[in-house]
Amino acid sequence: MAQPQLQPQTEAKSVPAKPSPGKKRPFFHLSEKKKDALSGYLYISPFYLLFAVFGLFPMLFSFYLGFQKWNGLGEMEFVGLQNFRFVLSDPIFWKSLFNTAAIGIIGTLPQLIIGIILAYALNSALLKFKSFFRVSIFMPYVTSTVAVAIVFGVMFNSQDFGLVNVVLNWLGFDSVSWSTSEWGVKIAISTMVFWRWVGYNTIIYLAGLQGIPNDLYEAAKIDGASIRQQIQYITIPMLKPIIILTVFLSTIGAMQLFTEPLVFLGRSFREEGITVVLYLYREAFSNMAFGTASATAIILFFIIIVLSSINVFFTNRIGR
Amino acid sequence: MSKTIGKTRKVSISKLFVYLLLLIAAILSVFPFYWMFVMAANHNSAINAVPPAFIPGKQLVENFQNVLSNIDFFGAMWNSLVVASVTTAGVLILCSLAGFAFAKFQFKGKNLLFIFLLVTMMVPPQLGLIPQYYIITKLDWVNDLKAIIVPGMIDAFGIFWMRQYISSNVPDELIDAAKIDGCSNFRIYWNIAVPVIIPAFATLAIIKFMYMWNDFLWPLVVLREESSYTIQIALRNLIDNYVRDNGMILSGTFWATVPLIIIFLLFNRMFIQSLTQGAVKS
Repeated sequence: MAQPQLQPQTEAKSVPAKPSPGKKRPFFHLSEKKKDALSGYLYISPFYLLFAVFGLFPMLFSFYLGFQKWNGLGEMEFVGLQNFRFVLSDPIFWKSLFNTAAIGIIGTLPQLIIGIILAYALNSALLKFKSFFRVSIFMPYVTSTVAVAIVFGVMFNSQDFGLVNVVLNWLGFDSVSWSTSEWGVKIAISTMVFWRWVGYNTIIYLAGLQGIPNDLYEAAKIDGASIRQQIQYITIPMLKPIIILTVFLSTIGAMQLFTEPLVFLGRSFREEGITVVLYLYREAFSNMAFGTASATAIILFFIIIVLSSINVFFTNRIGR
Repeated sequence: MSKTIGKTRKVSISKLFVYLLLLIAAILSVFPFYWMFVMAANHNSAINAVPPAFIPGKQLVENFQNVLSNIDFFGAMWNSLVVASVTTAGVLILCSLAGFAFAKFQFKGKNLLFIFLLVTMMVPPQLGLIPQYYIITKLDWVNDLKAIIVPGMIDAFGIFWMRQYISSNVPDELIDAAKIDGCSNFRIYWNIAVPVIIPAFATLAIIKFMYMWNDFLWPLVVLREESSYTIQIALRNLIDNYVRDNGMILSGTFWATVPLIIIFLLFNRMFIQSLTQGAVKS
């Protein structure tokens, strides 16, 4: 099992040997080509060495660990598929998967749609205070996720004095128990995700919109296209690569949701808000069950591969 | 005549709508910052009243003193600064060297190694989490900032980004000319490539620094002692370990956020440009 991690290492290490000049020629007579190759290997080797130790080896070892029973201290014990069976039959795991998907959709989809609308508004000609709006809308992204989760955690306090409940009461609704109810927790976490990322997506869409040549709109106007037609036939198709990128990035980001629920839920890991990575973290560092945690990591890896493939598949289809 | 008047009125109404929309978005974006400040400057009893305080009180200093007596706030800020800046510096050097090699040198297995690098970008970082933790314990790096800094130097995106930038901005002719003059490869990198890729450095530095500053899961796993906490872990501890004094908690969050906001406001153009470039081109 230790072997695979050595591969890039040996490759990098064997390099100096390869262009070794033989005994007759002194070192500085290396041909230009060999010198380049030597520099090339030398310059990329730190990455591959570090990656071998802290990236590749851990990944491969996770696949090994998924089939072992281990608490991190004692002996490992081979248990076959038992960890996977345990995870896949654990209702909390399925709950975490459902939560991740639910929060991902509630937190992401509106973000992308509103992002496009805001970008369109920001891009409209002759707008004053453009940079003021741009900076304000982008500011949430600069804050750390922990800070966001703390602030929203206080805003979504379940008591009557929680800011969101104050607003709800003021509008004539009852208070919601944000930290314990099934959808309260999800909506609170989704709101944090939404708030932090909507400005970021807006700015990316704005960059995309500014990349669309004005001539296209001019030509469309001459042909008598309405604003709606311009959006439908110029803006959306030209923006498509960027929309796909943001969908792709936010799907992967949503699957890895961790900080917001952990900070919001505290050490309770409440079922209403547990996500897949939180489940993984709990298995590993609360239950000291490294085997089942690794099995969870492997399952998450495959889920992300499948989702990425679906994304690519649809991208290709829409392109035609 | 009447037709043109109708048209301008229609235009101004739609314009008003655009302004209104953006104003609401701007207020909603900035409001939590304002509210963080309001809470940071109020006593807990004013926060827990119905309705809660909406204007800043006089507790700003006192709340922050409470923070200081509960966590090592400045120590944690310092740790974050060390982690983020050392990692960023390391990544700039390693990624520009590797990107330079991938862009300008020919060597066996180059394409394969590069494809391998791209593939690693697709793997979720949680996959290797547990063995990584095990390696760190074996190296005896738990509670040591090295545990964050050294693995943080691995940055496939950084290499990819540098390669793209160097390929299109450092002309081959210049390199060939330098070679004819007897320049070593490292001098070519240092004297020709580095000055040209300063903008790429700036972009990568902002992306990396922010990522390291905000990173949470990995520091949470490997930093277990308070003296080694980064600010994110310290803040989290503030809410988990003590009686819920929201004035105190939000004071900690507020003072941890202020430096970022100031830096952002000073360099916002650069920030926005960097992060959009980094995202759009990846």
